[in-house]
Amino acid sequence: MRALQIRGLTKVYDNGMHALKGIDLDVEEGEFCALLGPNGAGKTTTIGILTSLINKSAGSVEIFGHDIDRDLTLAKACLGLVPQEINLNLFEKVLNIVVTQGGYYGIPRDLAMERAEKYLRQLQLWDRRDEVARSLSGGMKRRLMIARALVHEPRLLILDEPTAGVDIEIRRSMWSFLRQINAAGTTIILTTHYLEEAETLCRHVAIIDEGRIIENDRMSRVLRKLSVETFVLNLDREIQAPPRLPGYEVRMVDASTIEVDVQNNRDINDLFADLSGNDLRVVSMRNKANRLEELFLHIVDNKAAANRGAS
Amino acid sequence: MTGNRVRVRQNATALWTLVTKEYFRIVRIWVQTLVPPAITMSLYFVIFGNLIGRRIGEMDGFGYMQFIAPGLIMMSVITNSYGNVVSSFFGAKFARHIEEMLVSPMPASLILLGHVAGGVIRGLLVGFLVTLIALFFTELRPEHPFVTMSVVFLTAVVFALAGLINAIFAKKFDDISIIPTFVLTPLTYLGGVFYSISLLPDFWQKVSLANPVLYMVNAFRYGILGVSDIPIDYAYFIIGVFIVSLYSFALLLLKRGVGIRE
Ligand SMILES: Nc1ncnc2c1ncn2[C@@H]1O[C@H](COP(=O)(O)OP(=O)(O)OP(=O)(O)O)[C@@H](O)[C@H]1O
Ligand SMILES: [Mg+2]
Repeated sequence: MRALQIRGLTKVYDNGMHALKGIDLDVEEGEFCALLGPNGAGKTTTIGILTSLINKSAGSVEIFGHDIDRDLTLAKACLGLVPQEINLNLFEKVLNIVVTQGGYYGIPRDLAMERAEKYLRQLQLWDRRDEVARSLSGGMKRRLMIARALVHEPRLLILDEPTAGVDIEIRRSMWSFLRQINAAGTTIILTTHYLEEAETLCRHVAIIDEGRIIENDRMSRVLRKLSVETFVLNLDREIQAPPRLPGYEVRMVDASTIEVDVQNNRDINDLFADLSGNDLRVVSMRNKANRLEELFLHIVDNKAAANRGAS
Repeated sequence: MTGNRVRVRQNATALWTLVTKEYFRIVRIWVQTLVPPAITMSLYFVIFGNLIGRRIGEMDGFGYMQFIAPGLIMMSVITNSYGNVVSSFFGAKFARHIEEMLVSPMPASLILLGHVAGGVIRGLLVGFLVTLIALFFTELRPEHPFVTMSVVFLTAVVFALAGLINAIFAKKFDDISIIPTFVLTPLTYLGGVFYSISLLPDFWQKVSLANPVLYMVNAFRYGILGVSDIPIDYAYFIIGVFIVSLYSFALLLLKRGVGIRE
């Protein structure tokens, strides 16, 4: 079953801003999909249309086979949304917010209470259930929005930058929480600017830029497209000049640290062999940037260059 | 068939959720919702009814206090049913938690009904309080209880709907006080709350007849005192027309997403 099918989705805002220029996107049931793109790319606009907070200009959207123009009620019942901007009633109590949202979805109060407790506990908010939302920290408000989005147990959960401004410990616990509900069968679409997060969590990735999808594939296949990876190597001693390593681009960072670009048709074993040949030992090594991050910059830069060429 | 029944039950739950939420909002912030009208109306009763009223003498055959009591009750019902919806709906729009309803399968008609119910509840609560206060000053024994109850209820519906439309169009906080100040207050003050239009010159009597509030106030006064400046069936007719047209207009706006969807 297909969780989401978008065809030719277009959005022109009232001020003439052409935010989406014909987007096609499929997400299979059970998928954990990253929707990435620079600021202003059109991620929130796309999500807004799926969740009927924004009217589309053209195109079609089906959620679990329910077209949002014909079967909006059924489509909405399948969806849970964690929006980018905090949209909580700050004067309402935490527990009431979740239970009330359940009520809007037609969930009887007892059941809504039960689920609210379950999700608030899992998101470490149960102790604060009787406090008003205003008294929560930013990260807690985000978690509250996740609990609120789950009270009707949607088949497709959409999270628009859920981890923005969330500390690393909580972020990791959110990751394991999201993995868990994904493993239990919930399809997830996630936008984030932390590409490490997308790489760790998501099996599928779609990249959107200036209102167009420019990449849409399995995460592993997308990462394989990365033609160059840069490694940072710490050496066991100081050197005067970069070592000569034929076929690799080498730069010095400081006296005992070098950066090496490795084409993806070469393997790292050769690199180590060459270093040993230069009588250099590697103490430690790391990727210069997250792989997805590098790819992302690469793709978006290429496109910008192409656009410059065209204009 | 069963699908439909499930749908109906879910909608009932959604509506009930919204109505109880609105009710608890009114009760939670009672200092803002219930106390101010009680104080204002007490002042009206003391100053206009008691102090000044004694000098005015009779109006339509009743003591002035007795004459204005129904008018003041209606005035508070009108301002409070309007005010409740305007601030609750605009507040939800402003803080964006209106989105909780918009993403849910709850149809626009229920979002409308739930908010209107909230307005009616506050209007009637305040109306009841003001009636209690009025009883300290004068005697009120409804001549026509059915007319009294139905008119006050339907009037609350009219102004709750009007408040919703105001909130839908409002973009900033100023916008939710402009209509009450420039339209609602003049209409109620000139709507026969404080005087019988028979006191006015011919021309102004005719002009007053164009004011819908006049019909509501007079129908309510008829319910309590048994006197009215206008025929009662006119009042029901006008209230009915307002409810149908405001409801249709508000529903159309909500369905189109005016003011709430890009
Ligand atoms: N209400 C609006 N009216 C007019 N233009 C808008 C509106 N909302 C968004 N836009 C424009 O549409 C484009 C896409 O915005 P969108 O919010 O979808 O981007 P995004 O990918 O979510 O970005 P970010 O990563 O910063 O959240 C931007 O150019 C933005 O300025
Ligand atoms: Mg966004």
